[in-house]
This record gives sequence, structure tokens and C-alpha cells, in this order.
Amino acid sequence: MQGNRWIPHPLMTVALIVLWLLLNNTYSFGHILLGTLLGIMIPWFTNRFWPERPRICKRRLFLRFFFMTFVYDVVMSNINVVRLILKPDISTLQPKFIEVPLDIDDPMVISILANVISMTPGTVSSEISADHKTLIVHGLNVPDEQAAIAQIKSRYEATLKEIFTC
Amino acid sequence: MLNVALVIAFVFMTLAQLLNLYRLFKGPSLPDRILALDTMYINALALFVLLGIYFDTATYFEAALIIAVMGFISTVATSKYLMRGDIVE
Amino acid sequence: MIVVEILVSFFLIIGAFFALAGSIGLFRLQDFFTRLHGPTKATTLGVGSMAIASAIYFSFLKEGLSLHEVLITLFLFITAPVSAHFLAKAARHQRLHEDKDHPET
Repeated sequence: MQGNRWIPHPLMTVALIVLWLLLNNTYSFGHILLGTLLGIMIPWFTNRFWPERPRICKRRLFLRFFFMTFVYDVVMSNINVVRLILKPDISTLQPKFIEVPLDIDDPMVISILANVISMTPGTVSSEISADHKTLIVHGLNVPDEQAAIAQIKSRYEATLKEIFTC
Repeated sequence: MLNVALVIAFVFMTLAQLLNLYRLFKGPSLPDRILALDTMYINALALFVLLGIYFDTATYFEAALIIAVMGFISTVATSKYLMRGDIVE
Repeated sequence: MIVVEILVSFFLIIGAFFALAGSIGLFRLQDFFTRLHGPTKATTLGVGSMAIASAIYFSFLKEGLSLHEVLITLFLFITAPVSAHFLAKAARHQRLHEDKDHPET
């Protein structure tokens, strides 16, 4: 979906209309009209805050990543974390900071990766190095550091990189 | 059956709030207290959602949404204050 | 209608259990960075599933479609990693990860 001069961000317009309808909890014609007006006006006014943004190129891969990998991982990681928390003997946990070297350089994609890491198995992204080359991630239970890094890189980073390269 | 489930959920959330309160008073560090406060915000939101089902009204939804927004903003603001000693840069 | 009631009860109890587990994690884990894991993951999913239970309840057992509780779930899932990242950054700024003895100050 390519934006033009009058509707610079079509996806944002659709998202704003849906948001407006959900917020008012109604699907009447008047609110759809008002939502469309807002959805066109707001991207128009905020256009200059978004000078350049990465474009989702592989749309199908993105949907598959979001609905299959991401949602599945969120539920599984929650069950996993709850099991670790409720374990009678918590001194056997091996919490550790791991440093993940980054291949992607776009700030937007890096922040998406950091959010995905925070929501999935036992890891919270806690800091990014000043040169945007390394992401410092805290793991709740990391018996094998290399395996954890390899999993993050292959499962999330490679897919995200492929989605955002044309 | 729904009433039983609601009561169980209320009891669980109250216990969760008490545990959060313990962490809020105990600390030991400032980020710990902020984290406890953030969790209390989210759990209070859950209590509002439960009250909405219990009293059969949609009025509590607005309150829950406002708590969610204010909780997020205040967590970010206090963490930023700890990091920089200043909120607006 | 009994199916809807079972579904709502299921989501409520699962959600309350996850939220309680997050708070137990906050209560009993050893240092700040491990404590961060409970609230960011378990509490978010728990409260999100309670909001979905509320949406199902008002949509099917009351008149009309009511999906606005989904907004709460969406908002929580978007903001939880951001606030966790900010807290972790603040804690690293305060050098909490360097003292291993967790002094009780």
C-alpha cells in the first residue's frame, strides 16, 4: 500500500478509524464518517514527524510471523515463566545478561525486535549500546548463552530483517 | 458458575495486590518500587474490569482505560527521572 | 448461553491465575532483573485475558457487540515491553546489576 499526497499513511488511516470505532463502541454511519475524517486529518498533520520509515515488503511473511510465531511464543513464554516462578526451589535459576550482536540498523526495526524479545521466552531487552550494534538482554534462566543468542537471531531477527528488506 | 469464577478472580487479584504492596514497601531499590507500582496499576485495572462484569455495567471501562494510560505514562516518567534526573528533555 | 458462561469463566480464572503468578514472581524472586520478568509477561497476559473475558461477556450475554475491552488488551501488550525496557534501563543506570549481594537499603 503506497501512500500518496492526500493520504500519506493508508495503514495508519485504517488503524485510526478502527480505533475511533472501538473507543466509541459503536458502528453507526455517523461515527464511521467522523472516524474517516479524523483518520485522514491526523496523518496529514503529523506527516512531518515521520520523515522516513521502513516499509513492510513481505506482507504475507509479516502476517505469518505475527500470528503464528509471535502469538504462539507469547503464550508459551508465559506458561514457561510462570512455571519457573512457581518452582519450589528458585535458587537453581540462572539469570544472566546476554549481549546480542545486531545485524539490522534501522532504529524502528531494532525497537520492534526489542519489543518482541521482551514479550517472548524469559527475556527482557534492557539496553542498547550507544552505537546501536549490540542489544543487552536479560534472561531469566539461561543455561546456555550461545544457544539463547542463536535462537533470538535465527527466530526473530532474521525474519524481521527479511520482512523489511525489499 | 460465573459468580464462582468472579469470586475466585477477585480473591486472586486481591492477593496479588497485597504481594505488590509488600514489594512497594520493602523495596529495596527505587526501580523495585516503581515496578511494584506499575504492577499495582495494571492489577487495579483488572479489578475495574472485574467490577464491570460484577455490576453488569460498561461504565467502568473508561476508568480502566484511563488507569492503563496514566499508569504507563507515570512509569515511563519516573524511570526517566531516575535515569536523567529530568523528565522532559 | 452456558457455553459462553464457561468460556468467560475460563478466561477469568486463567487471567487471574497469571496475574497472581506475576505478583508472586515480584514477591519471591531474588534480584530486580529477575523480578522484572513476572509483571511484564504474566501480568500482561493475565489482565489481557480478563479484558477479553469482559468483551465476550458483554457481547454475548448483553445486547449488542462490545469490543472496546480489546483496546485495553492491545494497549497493555504495546506498553508492557516499553515500560519494562525503561525500568531495566533505569536499574542499569543505578548499577543494580553490579552489586551481587543485594544490600538491604
